[in-house]
Amino acid sequence: MDFGNYLALIAPELLISISGLVLLLITAWVGDSAARPVSILAALVLGVACFMVGPALLEGAAGPDTSAFAGQFRADGFAAFAKMLIYVSGIACLMIAPPFFERLGAMRAEYPVLILFAVLGTGIMVSSGNLITLYIGLELSSLAAYVLASFLPGSGRSAEAGLKYFILGALASGILLYGMSLVYGFTGTTDFTLIRAAMALELSTGALFGLIFVLAGLAFKIAAVPFHMWTPDVYEGAPTPVTTFFASAPKVAAVALTVRVSLDAFGLQADAWRQIVIFAALASIVLGALGAIGQDNLKRLLAYSSINNVGFILIGLAAGTPQGASAVLVYLAIYVVMTIGSFVAILMLRDAEGSYVENIRDIAGLSRAKPVIALILAGMMLSLAGLPPMFGFWGKFVVFQAAVQADLILLAALGIAASVIGAFYYLKVVKVMFFDEPAGVVQGRSETGHWVLLIAMAIIVSPLGYLLTIPLGLLADRAAVSLFLLP
Amino acid sequence: MLLTIAFYLFATVVIASAVMVIMSRNPVHSVLWLILSFFNAAGLMVLVGAEFIAMLLVIVYVGAVAVLFLFVVMMLDIDFASMRAGFVRNAPLGIIIALILLAELVLGIGAYRAGALVLGTPDGTAAPLMFESNIESIGALLYSRYLFLFESAGIILLVAMIGAIVLTHRERPAAHRRAHQDIGKQVRRKPEDATVNASPAIGKGIDL
Repeated sequence: MDFGNYLALIAPELLISISGLVLLLITAWVGDSAARPVSILAALVLGVACFMVGPALLEGAAGPDTSAFAGQFRADGFAAFAKMLIYVSGIACLMIAPPFFERLGAMRAEYPVLILFAVLGTGIMVSSGNLITLYIGLELSSLAAYVLASFLPGSGRSAEAGLKYFILGALASGILLYGMSLVYGFTGTTDFTLIRAAMALELSTGALFGLIFVLAGLAFKIAAVPFHMWTPDVYEGAPTPVTTFFASAPKVAAVALTVRVSLDAFGLQADAWRQIVIFAALASIVLGALGAIGQDNLKRLLAYSSINNVGFILIGLAAGTPQGASAVLVYLAIYVVMTIGSFVAILMLRDAEGSYVENIRDIAGLSRAKPVIALILAGMMLSLAGLPPMFGFWGKFVVFQAAVQADLILLAALGIAASVIGAFYYLKVVKVMFFDEPAGVVQGRSETGHWVLLIAMAIIVSPLGYLLTIPLGLLADRAAVSLFLLP
Repeated sequence: MLLTIAFYLFATVVIASAVMVIMSRNPVHSVLWLILSFFNAAGLMVLVGAEFIAMLLVIVYVGAVAVLFLFVVMMLDIDFASMRAGFVRNAPLGIIIALILLAELVLGIGAYRAGALVLGTPDGTAAPLMFESNIESIGALLYSRYLFLFESAGIILLVAMIGAIVLTHRERPAAHRRAHQDIGKQVRRKPEDATVNASPAIGKGIDL
């Protein structure tokens, strides 16, 4: 065993965990007055981690050289792509959190530390090459997420969100573990490559049950229908910066993990899981769109929007080709940008007393009070709807293209038809902001950090984002290929 | 010979203390009997050569679980009269459970007579021992092949601990200051600071 090589492969994880421990000591000694410096240091650490995964992403690392600890950990291009998205969303959540919590008098220095450990867990998830690694990464990120969801003291909704997330997350973990035990029992191994080899010839009924339970447990984590029930409540109840985190980093990790498990461990039995993925995709698109229509809370609306978007992502997975996996990655990258942009815009809406505005009613006529925020939020909504001038259209385009080329024309047609339903409620938000009588609720100024993030995300989502299509597609293609180099 | 004596000693104490767990009237005594039972079970494990399990029994069960039990039992205010009240009503259910356990015991002894289970790897051969003792073998695996997972699991426990502290430990600065006792201030206090000698006129009140 070449330990030096292994340590080099897990360098980003080592950096994040060691700096997490050091920052934890700082918070323990200095106390909550260190919250801001610790947040800045944590963001810097994630920035450095971005540069550490950069080379693997650029050269599309693949093959046996990228696997460490007897295949338990994979530092390939696919993992690097997902980690880059995770680290960037972690930095965004660290930037927007201090003003929010300070205004509510609830900033604790443990917040950046917990975000770091959650990011570490999600990073382990996307790098897993073994069922045990998968579970440990998942639990690490979930445990930190449960605490983050109930981070606001004295807020009943925040505590409810944390408890709900915890109970349903524990249930999902139970389902996942049950599936993993069946897969282990019927294949005799927990290693993805060996499971793939054991399933190459035939799929026993027990292993099929295991596969279904594993996918059901993962569907909980990515909030795909029919395992989506927790999403609106948790997204609404959790503090907004934490909701931003939930909608970005763990979602990217869970989707990437699902893609890896499906294409790698269960890759030779694609027929067994394709129908499940197709059902979850269509059901998520339709239910996400229909459920959003009646909502009057912006965070709930975005929760349904995330369910809807997961449906489109799963269409790319259903294709089961390198092109499909690449489409999933491109969609994820655009989705993270749109999500962070929308939540940052919501965070910038405050009323005269300084409390945060979340109701759609209250943003009526926002275009007159805050024209720039209204314009950018409208751009985000149109992009989430997938209307052509915005960059969100490109994500949907590549996903449907991959589905059509994998001969899933009916699925693609149904998906496109269902996305029209989704456009309704996105357009409703735009209509309320631009054409309704001003409610005059939103006032006050916003922090510079929020503006920087918002404008950066807005530029990527705007038609200028199409300049990124070629490099983004190239990187995603390289990353996706690293999943398909197996025997 | 010594082994046999030790086995019967440990086994007798395990069974006797297990009986005392359910027989003793005082729940605190029950937990103490349980701890004795765990210790002797650990002794049995040492006798069969599973010293790692023996240490786990002592550290985890005696050190953590049983002490936790003891705290819970001491904190709960249990009304024993009401607990014994339902004995006749629940007796049939208890008898059924006892019969099931008896059947399991008979079957278990029968299966044992038929021959012991052979543990091994999926291809039928027994797994080779890498080192002399269990602890060395487990340690060698945990710190080489499974090092990454082992350390990550440690971080999970750390996050759980941070979470428990963050969610339950709330500082209340105002209340804290009120409750704080400043002995120097108490000692410095003089009678003149606290008492006033007043001589109000008859029929008039006094302004405090």
